[in-house]
Amino acid sequence: MSDEILKLSMLQLDALREIGNVGAGNSATALSQIINRKIDMTVPKIAILPLGEVPDVVGGPDAMVAGVYLRVFGPAPSSILFLLPRDSAFYLVDMLMGREQGHTTSLNSMDESALMEIGNILAGAYLNALSHFTSLTLLPSIPALAMDMAGAILSVILIQLGQMGDHALVIETEFTTESDGVKGHFFLIPDPGSLNTILAAIGVKE
Amino acid sequence: MSELIKVGMADYKVGSNPSSLISYGLGSCVGIALYDTAAKIGGLAHIMLPDSTQARSAENPAKFANTALPLMLDEMIKLGAAKNRILAKIAGGAQMFTFANATDVMRVGERNTEAVRILLKKMDIKLIADDTGGNYGRTVVLHLDTGIYLIKTIAKGEKEL
Repeated sequence: MSDEILKLSMLQLDALREIGNVGAGNSATALSQIINRKIDMTVPKIAILPLGEVPDVVGGPDAMVAGVYLRVFGPAPSSILFLLPRDSAFYLVDMLMGREQGHTTSLNSMDESALMEIGNILAGAYLNALSHFTSLTLLPSIPALAMDMAGAILSVILIQLGQMGDHALVIETEFTTESDGVKGHFFLIPDPGSLNTILAAIGVKE
Repeated sequence: MSELIKVGMADYKVGSNPSSLISYGLGSCVGIALYDTAAKIGGLAHIMLPDSTQARSAENPAKFANTALPLMLDEMIKLGAAKNRILAKIAGGAQMFTFANATDVMRVGERNTEAVRILLKKMDIKLIADDTGGNYGRTVVLHLDTGIYLIKTIAKGEKEL
């Protein structure tokens, strides 16, 4: 039984995207309140990609990105990785810290905490939505942050996926403020068997 | 004509002087460079996992050290390399994220590196240089004119093996 991800139907993908949208809505509200500015978040795309092509989604394997990684505990153990291009990460940090745009050119430990907190909020909001739809209690671990080449950061989750198959489920997330937007990518990587648990709980198991 | 041959994740490529083989953004993966100094023929494998027999899905042999290396070696020999002249250099096997209670899942870089070392010994290929571990990504280039294995990082600069 390889690549259970490839066997997803349109209906199942729609369900996962819809949960993503609800989760993004929750996270946007939380973020807006923190920085006191209106932020919208949408999930324009959900894609199933061959592992080798995943780094291209975020600008190629040697593009510099920030990644926040969390483990998910509960009946459907999973991993969550939230990736931002470097400039988007700096943009968000400036916004969160109330600084002028373009101020940040490298991250201090306070900035790193801020980024991890964003990852935390996003993951929490997404998991809330997922828990709501599935009645499964899913809890995130504390976040870990890395700022490095996209391929290197992605390898962490691609290796986990690689043990099961050759494809990844990618949920694209877009933040927009009144003036401009930043793009992020949110990866939900269910452990072996967890995807079936989630789909069964939503009620869209084939 | 010198050519830069890209090696993707879970892939391997072979080539000869004056080309170079490059693989971008290695994290926990390991980049295994094999080189025959006399024939100036080399190969670069970007492996993700140590062992195909422990995986649920093993359709792509280039993903695993134990299946990628013999295939790459065969292709090098077809190009004119001699097995007894081939030497190995390895890089990668980092742990990108650090948790207080790192599980086995997180230590996959370390396990990859260890498995590659054992495998090279088993295949009777001498490992002459390495740059493994740490918590940062690496881009690697194997120059087939000299056999130099160049390691590029964002935080730690460049290094030649």
